[in-house]
Amino acid sequence: MSEESNIDIYRRRFMSGTATAAAGLAVAPGVMLTEVARAKPADQAVSSDIRWGMLIDTNKCNEGCNDCVTACNEEHNLEGFGRPATDAQWIRKVTLKDKQTGNIQTLPMLCQHCEHPPCVDVCPTGASFKREDGIVLVDKHICIGCRYCMMACPYKARSFVHEKLQDQMPYSPRGKGTVESCTFCVHRVDEDILPACVVACKEENHNAITFGDMNDPDSEISQQLKQHSSRQVRADLELNTGVRYRGI
Amino acid sequence: MIKYSLITLLFSLLLGVYTPGTAADVASGEDTSGPFIPKAQRRFSEEQGCVEPTGEMRANHMEYILDQRDATVHEGIRTRQYSLQECINCHVSDAEDAPRVDNEEHFCSSCHTYAAVSIDCFQCHADRPVKSRFDSLSNSSMHRIGSAAVPPTTLDSEQLKVLSNEDFGNE
Amino acid sequence: MKDIVFKEIDGGKPFYLLLGFIGFFVLAALGSAWYMEHNGHWVTGMNNQIVWGTPHVFAVFLIVAASGALNVASISSVFQKTAYKPLARLSGLLAIALLAGGLAILVLDLGRPDRLIVAMTYYNFKSIFAWNIILYIGFMAVVAIYLWMMMERKMNKFTRVAGFSAFIWRLILTTGTGSIFGFLVARQAYDTAILAPMFIIMSFAFGLAIFILVLLGIYKWSDRPLGDSILFRLKNLLGVFIGAVLYFVLTYHLTNLYITENHGVEQFILMDGGVYTKLFWIVQILLGSLLPLALLYHPSTGKSRGWIGIASLLVIIGGLAQMYVIIIGGQAYPMEMFPGKEVVSSFADGITGSYTPSLPEIILGMGGIAVALAATFVGVRVLRFLPSTLADDAVDPHYPAREAEASA
Ligand code: SF4
Ligand code: SF4
Repeated sequence: MSEESNIDIYRRRFMSGTATAAAGLAVAPGVMLTEVARAKPADQAVSSDIRWGMLIDTNKCNEGCNDCVTACNEEHNLEGFGRPATDAQWIRKVTLKDKQTGNIQTLPMLCQHCEHPPCVDVCPTGASFKREDGIVLVDKHICIGCRYCMMACPYKARSFVHEKLQDQMPYSPRGKGTVESCTFCVHRVDEDILPACVVACKEENHNAITFGDMNDPDSEISQQLKQHSSRQVRADLELNTGVRYRGI
Repeated sequence: MIKYSLITLLFSLLLGVYTPGTAADVASGEDTSGPFIPKAQRRFSEEQGCVEPTGEMRANHMEYILDQRDATVHEGIRTRQYSLQECINCHVSDAEDAPRVDNEEHFCSSCHTYAAVSIDCFQCHADRPVKSRFDSLSNSSMHRIGSAAVPPTTLDSEQLKVLSNEDFGNE
Repeated sequence: MKDIVFKEIDGGKPFYLLLGFIGFFVLAALGSAWYMEHNGHWVTGMNNQIVWGTPHVFAVFLIVAASGALNVASISSVFQKTAYKPLARLSGLLAIALLAGGLAILVLDLGRPDRLIVAMTYYNFKSIFAWNIILYIGFMAVVAIYLWMMMERKMNKFTRVAGFSAFIWRLILTTGTGSIFGFLVARQAYDTAILAPMFIIMSFAFGLAIFILVLLGIYKWSDRPLGDSILFRLKNLLGVFIGAVLYFVLTYHLTNLYITENHGVEQFILMDGGVYTKLFWIVQILLGSLLPLALLYHPSTGKSRGWIGIASLLVIIGGLAQMYVIIIGGQAYPMEMFPGKEVVSSFADGITGSYTPSLPEIILGMGGIAVALAATFVGVRVLRFLPSTLADDAVDPHYPAREAEASA
């Protein structure tokens, strides 16, 4: 990272600032709009020039911390019905213990936004689909609730909505009888804002999750992927996942 | 047999709409035939009540919503003029006791019950305005995605309008 | 051999009583489907770990059996074995009926059964599941045409061609059904090519077992003669099929044992999978394969109709158990995401998925069987599917010779 643009420096200064400092910045709407200009205009379709990805550094992921999960549940109104077997979980904390050494690690598991997603391949109606920018979604208008995608996903990333819902978040419609999974907070990403889990992790100053465009060689995520070794979970399946892990 | 009972059903629905209780409310409206449809909260513009002329919306609102739905879900196009969410924000009250979609007094149900056309939008979408937990304009720049590949673009005034939601009074 | 006379079975009180009895099950199944749909699937035993449950066990069993039920017709038309010809029509009817029953379950279990029209109009041609929908509908059409060729005298000359197409179609269909699981690379229990041929052999056994039971039942109730010769042919064939299934099950587990990364799932099914291990050894292998084999080939039970019926029933029960072990056991075994690590999470990672069948699921599954039986009985009541006699001297081409042999 020898050559950086001013913007990068500016950005990093903000990111390394504490949460309180950032929260104190009450930005006037006018300022925000010029900032928004960096985002895709609302009437423009997403393009394959971008591939959104996520890098999770398990060394920074705190064992007792559940903030990304809480943030996701909050963001998408996933509060369940107190029935763990059937309640939805888009992101979950997984604890790993090495059978030989006893070493313990934790990491968040979520939809890996595979480049070659098995869920999309098997879906009979085409409800499961991959956006041009690599985000894998369920079009709940045509999902028939057959759950074949859940059978096919190697990461158990999907949940079936087992009960009737009301008052869903406007940007995150979800309903009984259809399948759902992590959307990479597509409603935020489309406005150039980080996913809720990433923000939560940053706000706790854990900074275990980096999110960005893997197609852009200058993006923070590309730089980190280049510098450090990382892994895909079940790389043997060659799905080229959009979520990568460091330290496992 | 089935046809016959359907006709009976339709007929009784018609009668139901014309009971004095509902008819009284209609007095405020322009025409007195058809179901009682709750008033919208705002106007789209000086000249126009809804996002398209009212007659056009009555006849073809589903086409607009359907196109918008596919554009948003599959292509990430997030203009608001024809989004279902904005229909709800404007046409349904956010009061605690406001009628839900299973009630005939809900904006959508009022007509759909009358016309006996069932809708399943609200199995997934909220049937009344819900305060978004994510409000893009109040987020600090700390939460922006770094170095997006999209080069800075200048937005024309149309787009700015869409983004800022000024016309739709969305909070 | 005399000309075979096909006749509808008689109506009357017993027929309608039987139909009413079956109809009750169909209604109960509709009721439970409504109950599941209305409340959401949390009222069933299915959950986010075990996403396909008892309804799928019944549905896949019926779909597999449907293609197997066509066997008798195929043997008669494709392989030109005249002894089976009188049974060909029933075989075709049963195939369609069983498939309808299985599909009914699948559809009623969907999260959004109201979107059946979506399933029919949006196709993802990469999806093996979508291909199966086409295969199922096509199968019904092909078999229906085949039946028509058999039943319409003017069309008889095309029977062989139609029978051959139906035969090919059913092979593809069962391969497709097996591939629904075979393509799931994610899960250790399914990721193997042998599932498809294994499903074909399973279909032979299950379909024939159901065929024999239905044949015995209808001929007894309608008081028509059913000779030993044809029945014994069928039961011998059933014995061969049971043996073949056993062979494939053995190969399946042996190949899995050969692949080190599959040792875990093998140990699970064969040794410490609790209910799945018990179902495998006790119900599938012992009650569903070895016992019927013994019954069918034992010199005395092998000649008794009662025991042949029981053996067929056991094959069906064993088949359901086998489906249960494949479908639910395969999901219950935790997915290996992190080899060499113990995994703990709030989402049942690293532990056996828990599943208890619920009543509505079971009723829905039985309802599928009821739909199949109802369709069959109505079919034989209104159309000429069944020969008025299947007595030995009426249908067995070698009967006189064998008689002579016996008396010699
Ligand atoms: S992780 Fe699972 S749900 Fe997500 S894209 Fe891959 S296969 Fe699909
Ligand atoms: S449950 Fe929905 S998204 Fe998943 S495979 Fe079936 S139709 Fe596709």
